[in-house]
Amino acid sequence: MTETTVGIGGAAEGTDMVLNIGPQHPSTHGVLRLRLVLDGERIREAEPVIGYMHRGAEKLFEARDYRQIIMLANRHDWLSAFSNELGVVLAVERMLGMEVPERAVWTRTLLAELNRVLNHLMFLGSYPLELGGITPVFHAFREREELQNVMEEISGGRMHYMFNRVGGLKEDLPAGWLGRARQAVADVRSRMDVYDRLVLGNEIFRGRTRGVGVLTPAAVHAYGVSGPIARACGVDFDLRRDEPYLAYGELGDVLKVVTRTDGDCLARFECLLEQTHNSLALADACLDRLTQLPPGPINQRLPKVLKAPEGTTYAWTENPLGINGYYLVSKGDKTPYRLKLRSASYNNIQALTELLPGTLVADMVAILGSLFFVVGDIDK
Amino acid sequence: MISLAVDDLSYFGRDPWWLVVVKAVFCFAFAMLTVLFSIVWERKVVAWMQLRIGPNRHGPWGMLQSLADGIKLMLKEDVVVKGADKFVYVLAPVVAAIPAFMSFAVVPFGPADNEISVFGHRTPMQLTDLPVGVLYILATASVGIYGIVLAGWSSGSTYPLLGGLRSTAQMISYEIAMGISFAAVFLYSHSMSTSQIVATQQHTWYVLLLPVSFLVYMVAMVGETNRAPFDLPEAEGELVGGFNTEYSSIKFAMFMLAEYVNMVTVSAVATTLFLGGWRAPWPISTFWAGANHGWWPLLWFTVKIQLLLFVFIWLRGTLPRMRYDQFMKLGWKVLIPVSMVWLMLVASVRALRNENYDFQRVLLYVGGGVLAVLLISLAADVFRDRAAKKAEGAGQAGQEGPGDRFDPMAGGFPVPPKPGQTLPPVPRRRSRAPEAAEHQLVGKDGDDA
Repeated sequence: MTETTVGIGGAAEGTDMVLNIGPQHPSTHGVLRLRLVLDGERIREAEPVIGYMHRGAEKLFEARDYRQIIMLANRHDWLSAFSNELGVVLAVERMLGMEVPERAVWTRTLLAELNRVLNHLMFLGSYPLELGGITPVFHAFREREELQNVMEEISGGRMHYMFNRVGGLKEDLPAGWLGRARQAVADVRSRMDVYDRLVLGNEIFRGRTRGVGVLTPAAVHAYGVSGPIARACGVDFDLRRDEPYLAYGELGDVLKVVTRTDGDCLARFECLLEQTHNSLALADACLDRLTQLPPGPINQRLPKVLKAPEGTTYAWTENPLGINGYYLVSKGDKTPYRLKLRSASYNNIQALTELLPGTLVADMVAILGSLFFVVGDIDK
Repeated sequence: MISLAVDDLSYFGRDPWWLVVVKAVFCFAFAMLTVLFSIVWERKVVAWMQLRIGPNRHGPWGMLQSLADGIKLMLKEDVVVKGADKFVYVLAPVVAAIPAFMSFAVVPFGPADNEISVFGHRTPMQLTDLPVGVLYILATASVGIYGIVLAGWSSGSTYPLLGGLRSTAQMISYEIAMGISFAAVFLYSHSMSTSQIVATQQHTWYVLLLPVSFLVYMVAMVGETNRAPFDLPEAEGELVGGFNTEYSSIKFAMFMLAEYVNMVTVSAVATTLFLGGWRAPWPISTFWAGANHGWWPLLWFTVKIQLLLFVFIWLRGTLPRMRYDQFMKLGWKVLIPVSMVWLMLVASVRALRNENYDFQRVLLYVGGGVLAVLLISLAADVFRDRAAKKAEGAGQAGQEGPGDRFDPMAGGFPVPPKPGQTLPPVPRRRSRAPEAAEHQLVGKDGDDA
C-alpha cells in the first residue's frame, strides 16, 4: 500500500483566511481566479490561477489554413478583434512579400483605431462599475453603440468583424460610409467629457485610485507589461510610433503617445482615457486621408490555395491592451507549422503577484480593474 | 422642563385599543407602500440617469414591479447552506427586518393635538410618543444592525464574514456622529420627544439653525443604511454580496426589505428632526393657514420623505463606493470631530443666550473663537507643508549620491536593480518596417548627390 500525504498549506496553521476570488466573481469579469491569503482585510499573498478558459488557440492554428486562422485569431481578445486579425494578416503578407493597396492600408488604420476606441470605452465604463459607480458604463455603451453601428455596416459583425483578408480587406466600403463614420466619430468626441466630469473629477474615485497599486518601470520590464498600463508607469513605448506599421508612420503629427509617471490606478485610467481621445483624433485623420485617396482596389486577388513560403517571421502590433505578437513558422504548407501567440493580457496580469500583497481587498478590485485585461486574452 | 414634556405628551396613550391597532397597521402599511414605491422610483430615476427606460412592464408606469419582484422572491428555492449555524442563520433576516419598522411608532405624521377624527374619535396623527422618543429610534436602529452582523457570521462563509465585520465597524463609528448631531437638536428643542421637536420648529426648521448637524446626519444616515457610496457590507464588486451572499428566497427578500424600510425610517427621522416634520414648506405656510391642519400634514411629510429618498437614489446613481479604511477615516477623523466642535459651539451660544448676553456679543465671542481656531490650523498647515518640502528635498539630495549606479552584472551575474536604482534606458531595436528601410535608402541617395 502507498501512503499519501496531503498538504494542508500554511493557512490552516495561522489565523490567515484563504479567499478564492473567482473563477466566478463579479470583479474578474470572466473566469480569472485569484487565490488570496488574507490577514483581516489585508492581502498577504496573491496568486493568479489562470487557464479556466484555455481554448487551445495556438494548436488550432496549426490545423487551419491562413484564411481560417484570421477567424480564430480574432477571438482570443474579444474586445479588439480587428487588431487581432491584423497581426495574422501582416505576418502572412510579410512572408508572401505581398504589397497591400494604399486604400486598404488607410482603412485598416482607421478600423484599428475605431476598434481601439471600442475597447477602451468598455474599460472606461467597467472600471468605475467595479469601484461601485454604476452610471458611467451605460454612457460608455451608448458611445460603443454608435461606433459598433458603423463597424457593423461594413463588416456585418459587431464584435468579431472578420474584415481583414490576406492582401487587404474583405470588400470595399459602402457608399456614403465615410460620412456616416465621420458623424459617429464626431458624436462620440462631443460626449467624451462625461468621463472627465463624472469619473475623473470624482473625489471618491480619485481617493480609491491615487497611489494604489503602483507599478514600477522595473516591474514593467521584468514582467513584459505593455500597452497603456506600461505607459502609465513612464515606460514610453508604443509600436505605432516606435516601429510604425500600417499608415501610422504618416500620422506622426496626430499620434500622441500618452504617458504618465505615477504608475498607479489613476494614472492607468488617465492613460486609457487620453488614449481614447487620441484614437478618435487618429480616426478623424484617417477619414480625412481616405476621402483624398484616388479610387483603387482594396484587396489583392489571392491564389486558390494560399501557401506561405518556408521561413519564420514575427509580426507585432500595438493592440488596445498592449503588444500582441504572432510568431509564424511556415514549412511552405497551407497551414502554419507553428503560430505562437503573444497576447498582452497574459503578461500584464502576471504583475498582480507583485502588486497585490500588502493591499486591502477593496484595493484588489481597484488594481484588478485597472489592469484592463480580457480573460480570453490571458488563457488563449 | 420635565413638567413641560409631560404636558406635551398628554395627548398620547389615550386611544382605545382598536385605534392603536389601526394606527400600528397604518404605520406598517405606510412604510411598506413607501418601500414598494421607492424601489420602482429608484429604478426609474437611476434608469433616467443611465439613459435607459427602467421597468415598465408591470402595471401603469411599472408601478407594480416591486410587488412582482417580491412574489418572485418568495417562490424561489430557499437554500440553507451546509456550513451555516442554522438557528442564527434563520434568525438574522428577521432581526434585520423587524426593528426597521419599529422606529415608525414615534414618528409624527401630524400635529399632536387631536387634529383628526377616526370613526368619531379625535386623536393625534402619531402612534405614540415617549419622553425619550429619539433615543428609542437610535436603539431600534442599532438592533437592526445585529441582523447584518449575525447574517455575516452565521453563513459560515468568507465573503459574508468580511461583510458582517465591515458592518460592525461601520455602525459603531457612524452612530456616534449621528448621536452627536441629534444632541444639538435636543439643545434647541429642550426635548427628546419627536412631537415636541416638531412643535419647536414652528418658526424656523433646524436645518437652517443647525446646518452642520444636518449635513453630518445626512452622511451618517447613508452610512447607517448601507447605501451607496457606503454600501461596504454588501459591496457587490468586491465581496460579491457581502452579508447576504448565502441568502436566497424570502430571507434575502427580508434583507432587501430591511434596507429599504431603513431608508424610509432614517428619512422620516431626518424630516422630523431637521426639516420641520409634518409642517408645510415655507411659501405654502405663509398664504394658507390650513396647510398645517387636518390631514394635510401627511402630504407634506410624505413629500419630504420622498425628496430625501431621491437624494439616496441620486447618490447611488452618481458615486463610486468608498474604500473601507477611507470610510472609517471619514467617520472618526471628520464627522465625529466636526460634530463635537459644532455641538460645543451650539452649547456655548445657548449658554451665553441664557445668561442674557446680547446677540452681538455672543456672535463676537463665538465668531472670534472660530476665527482663532481657523488661523491656528492655517498656520499649522503652512508649517507642515514647509517641513514636508524640506524633508523631501533632503531625501532627494540623499538619493542622488554617487555609488548608487546600477551595475547589471554585479558579482558576475545579471541582477535586477536594487531599490532606488534605475535601469538604463532600454535600447530600441531598428525598425523592420519596409517604409523605414526606404527612407534610409533615400537618405543615402541624397548624401551621394
